[in-house]
Amino acid sequence: MQFIINGTSTSVEADPRTSLLDLLRDHVHLFGAKKGCNQGACGACTVLVDGGQRILSCLALAAQYEGREITTIEGLADEHGLHPLQHAFIEHDGFQCGYCTPGQICSAVGMIAEWKRGVPSHVTGDVSAEQIPLSSDELRERMSGNLCRCGAYNGIVDAIVETYAEAAK
Amino acid sequence: MTPFTYARAHDTAEAIQLAGTSAAKYLGGGTNLVDLMRETIERPTALIDVTGLSSSIEQRPDGAWLIGAAASNTAVAEHPAIRTNFPALTRAIVAGASAQIRNMATVGGNLMQRTRCSYFYDDDGARCNKREPGQGCDAIGGFNRMHAILGGSDQCVATHPSDMCVALAALDAVVHLESAAGKRAVPLTDFHRLPADQPQIETVLKPGELITGIELPPASFGKYSTYRKVRDRASYAFALVSVAAAVDIQSNTINEVRLALGGIATKPWRAWKAEQSLKGQPASHASFQRAIDAELADARPLSANGFKIELTRRTVVAVLSELTGVSA
Repeated sequence: MQFIINGTSTSVEADPRTSLLDLLRDHVHLFGAKKGCNQGACGACTVLVDGGQRILSCLALAAQYEGREITTIEGLADEHGLHPLQHAFIEHDGFQCGYCTPGQICSAVGMIAEWKRGVPSHVTGDVSAEQIPLSSDELRERMSGNLCRCGAYNGIVDAIVETYAEAAK
Repeated sequence: MTPFTYARAHDTAEAIQLAGTSAAKYLGGGTNLVDLMRETIERPTALIDVTGLSSSIEQRPDGAWLIGAAASNTAVAEHPAIRTNFPALTRAIVAGASAQIRNMATVGGNLMQRTRCSYFYDDDGARCNKREPGQGCDAIGGFNRMHAILGGSDQCVATHPSDMCVALAALDAVVHLESAAGKRAVPLTDFHRLPADQPQIETVLKPGELITGIELPPASFGKYSTYRKVRDRASYAFALVSVAAAVDIQSNTINEVRLALGGIATKPWRAWKAEQSLKGQPASHASFQRAIDAELADARPLSANGFKIELTRRTVVAVLSELTGVSA
């Protein structure tokens, strides 16, 4: 199976039963995406597909994503250093144990893309509105698929708000 | 997981041909099927990936909207025409699961998702007639707080988990199907079956038949529709009770109404009796109360879910009040 993982064309032999998460961790040795619940409840395995769509790699069969572009936490930094959101997570104590962090950060990157596109959420007042203000309630609702058992939610929200403050205006 | 072969279908005819064997399953986003396969509750020997088939959202000349079965839940929820003309559908979709799952999950797959009854999932420790026909049901005498008060049988009281399907039931959606025998269309309200004495058979799909799309008929009052979900957490939880409604009122009289309920029934529950009761009545708390009482007259609460009756009453009255501008 061929994939473009973090910009690099990658060829992997794997059984059809292999999840995208197991492919990334066990075959490609990218350990950023975490296996938290392995049943779609925690969001620790969140990765980005085709330039920014967030998905759960634990519920994805790798075979379904053959030929697609996959971005993991390892692919967010570039030659200039960490992604601004990674810096902000450090700055705002957006984690304690760090286990959910790769998923939180990938999810937030995907979340901002959805919000910019005008995707409504459960707490949106007028779902027909073209632009939706990114309030704290909106941000928390849109990130509800990512659990943090350390309870670093306030720091996570602060890091996202700081990184995307301009976009959110 | 039990071993299986994987193949991508490039068009409907190829999908149907590839799925020739009865142990094959069509694969959408996989958000439910992959989980059930991991638990070995589902054991297909072949998966036919149908996510490459039609995902378009288009209006037909007669005004109806046709949504390809491979459209993602997010794509439907964010489509400008759906948000404007059928807000109940957008609201129902964004009330379900998480953003990551909605990005993966397809419309066809949403219709086919299976109950989250914990006894159904507990292959090693519990009896379940849906998983193993004839085995018995441990939910009926067990922890049944999440289970159905409408549409259950002595064999099964598992709720249908979908939010999206509740809105589709209220909006008179029609499911488009195709098999080697040809095409047919089934109203969404007839697509899911009541458990009766065969809870393992959940839909009217024939072996090998594929969901190709969903049709939303033009409804002038679809824009006066909404969806409200009551759950244990503020987000990312299955419904205790949910209500989809669309109302057309003229001079404070209910001209047309569509009402469907989720979280309390074994299938997406169209509240026909409540609708019958509401037509021609003034928009008032008394009418709303009478209507939902008519619907809930058939309710059969279990040991731990009787609270759903009062919760449904209150939620329905609140939603109809919101849509018709009747103050609380």
